[in-house]
Amino acid sequence: MAEHMTRDIPAPAVSLESKPFFDAAREGRFLVKRCQACGEVHWYPRPICPFCHSDRTVWEESPGTGVVYTFSVMRRSPTGPYAIGYVTLDEGVSLMTNFVDMAPEDLRIGMRVKVKFQPTEGGPPVPVFAPA
Amino acid sequence: MSIKGKAYVMGAFEHPTRDAPDKTTAQLHLESAKGALDDAGLSFDDVDAYFCAGDAPGFGAMSMIDYMGLKNARHMDTTETGGSSYLVHLNHACQAIAEGKVNVALITLAGRPRNGGGRPGIPGGGAPKDGRLVDGAPEQGFESIYGGSTHNTYGMCAMRHMYEYGTTSEQLAWIKVAASHHAQWNEHAFLRDVVTVEDVVNSRMIADTLHLLDCCVVTDGGGAVIVTSPEVAKSLNRPRVKVLGAAEAPKAPMGGKDLDLTTCAAVWTGPKAFAEAGVTPADMKYASIYDSFTITVLMTLEDLGFCEKGQGGRFVADGNLISGVGELPFNTDGGGLCNNHPTNRGGITKVIETVRQLRGEAHPKVQVPNCDLALAHGTGGSLGVRHASATVIMEREG
Repeated sequence: MAEHMTRDIPAPAVSLESKPFFDAAREGRFLVKRCQACGEVHWYPRPICPFCHSDRTVWEESPGTGVVYTFSVMRRSPTGPYAIGYVTLDEGVSLMTNFVDMAPEDLRIGMRVKVKFQPTEGGPPVPVFAPA
Repeated sequence: MSIKGKAYVMGAFEHPTRDAPDKTTAQLHLESAKGALDDAGLSFDDVDAYFCAGDAPGFGAMSMIDYMGLKNARHMDTTETGGSSYLVHLNHACQAIAEGKVNVALITLAGRPRNGGGRPGIPGGGAPKDGRLVDGAPEQGFESIYGGSTHNTYGMCAMRHMYEYGTTSEQLAWIKVAASHHAQWNEHAFLRDVVTVEDVVNSRMIADTLHLLDCCVVTDGGGAVIVTSPEVAKSLNRPRVKVLGAAEAPKAPMGGKDLDLTTCAAVWTGPKAFAEAGVTPADMKYASIYDSFTITVLMTLEDLGFCEKGQGGRFVADGNLISGVGELPFNTDGGGLCNNHPTNRGGITKVIETVRQLRGEAHPKVQVPNCDLALAHGTGGSLGVRHASATVIMEREG
């Protein structure tokens, strides 16, 4: 069996807007932002809804499940191949991520995946996705 | 044409804050935008043009267009001249409106120097230190950590295009093959060897599903272009290349709901530029198409309307882009794929080879006979994340 993909991820830049997300990440909780005015979830999380421009956006815990929209396995990497891609969450928004806990040849567009958190050096953990 | 009487300032708003410890620079831009739109009695959806300078976080105007949800923005300008930028933008907005390109332009400025915000033009963010919060591109903490590069973000587009439309690596390879056929005649080309489909698909995989030979070259270099008035053009002893139409547009994931990596902003710039020029894709004798990767060309040709969406693979196959062989000669200098991609920005070389073709000054082996109508198209940023497209249609006069 081929080796699982892994990649060291640097600490994310945390802003006033993203701090609650990364604070929750430290507790293993995956949050998204939903607008109470229009009911829509957006990604990446912002204080003002990009669809209806209401400031009534609230944090909501998500199961972090979805399907692989696309990916690319980076072969030219000193630490071995890693996969960047997008997941379309069941809430209907797509986000950039890395795929882990699988060999490159097992990764497929359309496969179901689930969030997990990967530690970073000197920063909060960040969301990555593994087979559901 | 003058701007005199052609445009109106209908909304204006000064943000009331003088100290903003609890809001990002991006949010101050958005709140300012909302204030001006409310003042005018317009909405974010009415905005079709966005103007900002170096104080706007992120890459050009693309990050803020996504952050603010300017879903109908099809024109942007990020001219940076320090404090005068916003008056330059006002003038440029009037020009775009007078040309009939846009109807509602939004100009924003914001910053937080009292709260650690850097000087405009110096990107905020970067690596967090001691748990301190950063105030950079709003998407930064959610994207820049995942090892994205041009190769793998364009690779994601190619993977999705293959998934949706059955496009193959062999079809993509034909784009490189055509470029190499042209580059063999260019004495300055970085790569002059003619390659085959087999050479491309057997070259090493860089980022699925782009091989080494699906990628453009990395070169030093430069270029320049002179644009003149009709009077100056007529006074000069050179063939006249007349601009007939042009358009530019950004494209972004827009709150995560509009991620579509098989379509680029050429889908908006193409129709607009062709309409202004009064011509169609079928009229083009030659096309310079931005070719950072083979997939860039394939998606652009589809979105400009040279073939139906999803048919790009069939369109480029069997030498259809080779001068003297196919129906649409492209990048006859060898393009970014073989000739030159100075400072990783291929836009100006696209204009230069279009001018050579229209003047009849391309290499005789690749010169398109009677080349009187041509197109140049540029792609900036990443098709796999956020990007902006620009299309210019030109004609030989006389």
